[in-house]
Amino acid sequence: MAEQHTIQNQTLPPNPEKATLEGRNKYLGFWFFLGGETVLFASLFGTYLGLRGGTLDGPGPAELFHLNLVFIMTMILLTSSLTSVFAIINMKRGNYKKLLMWMWLTVLLGLGFLGFEIYEFYEYYHQGLGFSTSAFASSFYTLVGTHGAHVAFGICWISTLLIRYRKTGLTLTNAPKFYTAVLYWHFIDVVWVFIFTVVYLLGIGG
Amino acid sequence: MSYANAQSKNVIWDWLTTVDHKKIGILYLAGGAFFFALGGLEAILMRIQLMFPEFTFVQAQTFNELLTMHGTTMIFLAAMPLLFGFMNFVIPLQIGARDVAFPFLNALGFWLFLFGGLLLNVSWFATGAPDAGWTAYVPLSSMSPGQGLDYYVLGLQVSGLGTLIAGINFLVTIINMRAPGMSMMRMPLFTWSSFVASMLILFAFPALTIGLLLLMLERLFGATYFAVDFGGNVIIWQHLFWIFGHPEVYILILPAFGIFSEVLATFSKKRLFGYSAMVFATLIIGFLGFMVWAHHMFTVGMGPVANAIFAVATMAIAVPTGIKIFNWLLTLWGGRIQFTTANLFALGFIPSFVMGGVTGVMLATSAANYQFHDTYFVVAHFHYVIIGGVVFGLFSGAFYWWPKMFGYRLNEMLGKWFFWLFLIGFHLTFFVQHFLGLIGMPRRVASYLGGQGLDEMNFISTIGAFLMTIAFILLLVNIFTSTKNRENVADPWDGRTLEWTTPTPVPEYNFAQTPLVRELDPFWHEKYEGDGKMKAAEPLGDIHMPNGTILPIIMAAGLTVASFGFIYHIHPLTISGLAITFGAMFVRSVKEDHGHHIPVEEIKRDLGGGKNG
Repeated sequence: MAEQHTIQNQTLPPNPEKATLEGRNKYLGFWFFLGGETVLFASLFGTYLGLRGGTLDGPGPAELFHLNLVFIMTMILLTSSLTSVFAIINMKRGNYKKLLMWMWLTVLLGLGFLGFEIYEFYEYYHQGLGFSTSAFASSFYTLVGTHGAHVAFGICWISTLLIRYRKTGLTLTNAPKFYTAVLYWHFIDVVWVFIFTVVYLLGIGG
Repeated sequence: MSYANAQSKNVIWDWLTTVDHKKIGILYLAGGAFFFALGGLEAILMRIQLMFPEFTFVQAQTFNELLTMHGTTMIFLAAMPLLFGFMNFVIPLQIGARDVAFPFLNALGFWLFLFGGLLLNVSWFATGAPDAGWTAYVPLSSMSPGQGLDYYVLGLQVSGLGTLIAGINFLVTIINMRAPGMSMMRMPLFTWSSFVASMLILFAFPALTIGLLLLMLERLFGATYFAVDFGGNVIIWQHLFWIFGHPEVYILILPAFGIFSEVLATFSKKRLFGYSAMVFATLIIGFLGFMVWAHHMFTVGMGPVANAIFAVATMAIAVPTGIKIFNWLLTLWGGRIQFTTANLFALGFIPSFVMGGVTGVMLATSAANYQFHDTYFVVAHFHYVIIGGVVFGLFSGAFYWWPKMFGYRLNEMLGKWFFWLFLIGFHLTFFVQHFLGLIGMPRRVASYLGGQGLDEMNFISTIGAFLMTIAFILLLVNIFTSTKNRENVADPWDGRTLEWTTPTPVPEYNFAQTPLVRELDPFWHEKYEGDGKMKAAEPLGDIHMPNGTILPIIMAAGLTVASFGFIYHIHPLTISGLAITFGAMFVRSVKEDHGHHIPVEEIKRDLGGGKNG
């Protein structure tokens, strides 16, 4: 195992995720996919902005949102992006063990974020914000829920990778897979920054 | 041949598990042709109903369903998949690639399209088809009783996912997999326009995904985005739908433009006039296509400023389109024009499409639009651009690439009968509809009163539809009776681009050696300025190919099962359907599949044996 490791470290090129045509295709295709995802979220943001005043008799943003909770969630998710960066740095250095460790930490932080989000939705529901209560409620749950579903999918994806490749060492096959998974994770993070601003900060302040 | 291995196995299994872009292209063509016939049948039933005033051939509800399904089928399940068929088959060949970037996803995209389309059409037999128009405007669609609209939402969602996958695949293929020397500005116009269309798919379809998701949540899970008494807003649907819907017409027309560019240059024996202007015009049309969605909404009350901006932006599209028209005319100018069926469709396209473009500028005049809105004038306009542009392009491309795809040439005599009948039938059907609209016949109506000046023109319109039907039957006859025309199929038209350098049938690996591209229209260049053969960019060697797999069809089937679960609120069905799909995804990511190698001896055998097919 250790021997195999060192051989691979010496033979792997500096950017293993883009060393093969397959890797380059994955890398480029994934960027395009994220372009499509941007439109997906932009549509949801547009819908939310169009409907956020439509609270009718139900509770509105100012009564519901707690900045403390959302701030903690934001910190957790931003940290998870940082840990995934460390993972990729270790990939470039060829340190597979550390790559796996930082990726697992990313997954754990993602799970923590998801836990808070479920708690948040549970709280709002008990404060009278059901999915069908108002147009605001529907669009809020759809936007934030779609983001949450992306986080959940990312956790499953990265976990599968980590379990699948726990013993193989870094190869030209799995390097692009780790790389795209981390790109995805950053994307989710960026979307959350917009949600934090547009939904929560504007909801409380504006 | 290299197909020997495949033939020893079960042929049906081979097609179900194929990841070969050429076979997937043929599958797309077959699926698209099936839905094209279905959409045509729906159209002819509607035209019969409108043949006489107050006719009672079909009921009003059935008419609404036919209307909805005709539009939905033709756009999503016929025109786009047929274009994808050509794109799949031709693009890798035109850029000198052995395959597409993601063969597995390519197969998945096809099966998603097919299963989504079948799901949509199951509604006919289950509960009645969707009946709110192909645009499915809320609240008509969100409150439509029965399950028809649920089929619409889920069928389009599944097939739309396939479209998005195909779009990304083409983009990466074109950027990453071009042969040495094939710079972007040496790419054939069909590849270029497919590239821009794929860009549009990438940025347009997610908006539809969200629109359909919202409509699904509204109908099935009690969301209230569109319910005004809950603070909702019905215009949101229109914006989302047209942010997708307007680029969609360019997703359809741009590849057709590409086909005409190939066909007109080939049959004029000239280089395409103004190649770089054509490329930039395509890019500009693609860009402007995104900026003009609200011209579908002039009468919803956006106000004069918004209307004016969208009117001007819409008219601006006429400029790059005009550049293209003039370039095509100048390509013909002084050329040795051959009047093959493929070229007849390209020549017939030019005046037909210009007429559609002119009525488009009339509609873009927002003040006048209040008069044209929701009349047959609009119906005439979009059929002029969609049939006069896209469908003519499909027929032109079919006659042009048929020998390469299927190994036999379509009969030219029957082809010309087909062309003239179709051309005359098309103009007979839709020309009079302009005037029907101008004198006040509204679109989407199941009947009309007699003695109001509408009778004769409706009758003429229906006669034209019959002519088009007869023409289409002639095409089918041609396809099934021409199979013996097997000589001269490798390069029947004295082609200019790389797809004509391959033997027919094209081997699994496309090119024994990746070609070296030295000019625009590389094959023409080598034929008339070189020694007639492409230079090779690599030595002869083993070729790596992906393995076939059954997983794509299982993934698509899983989503279809889950859709039935959603439609009928059967949660175990939904969960098991999703489990099938995610399970297949899991298997795909865990099971390492490195593909296989075709040994160099086998390639040498192919080269020696099937020289000109």
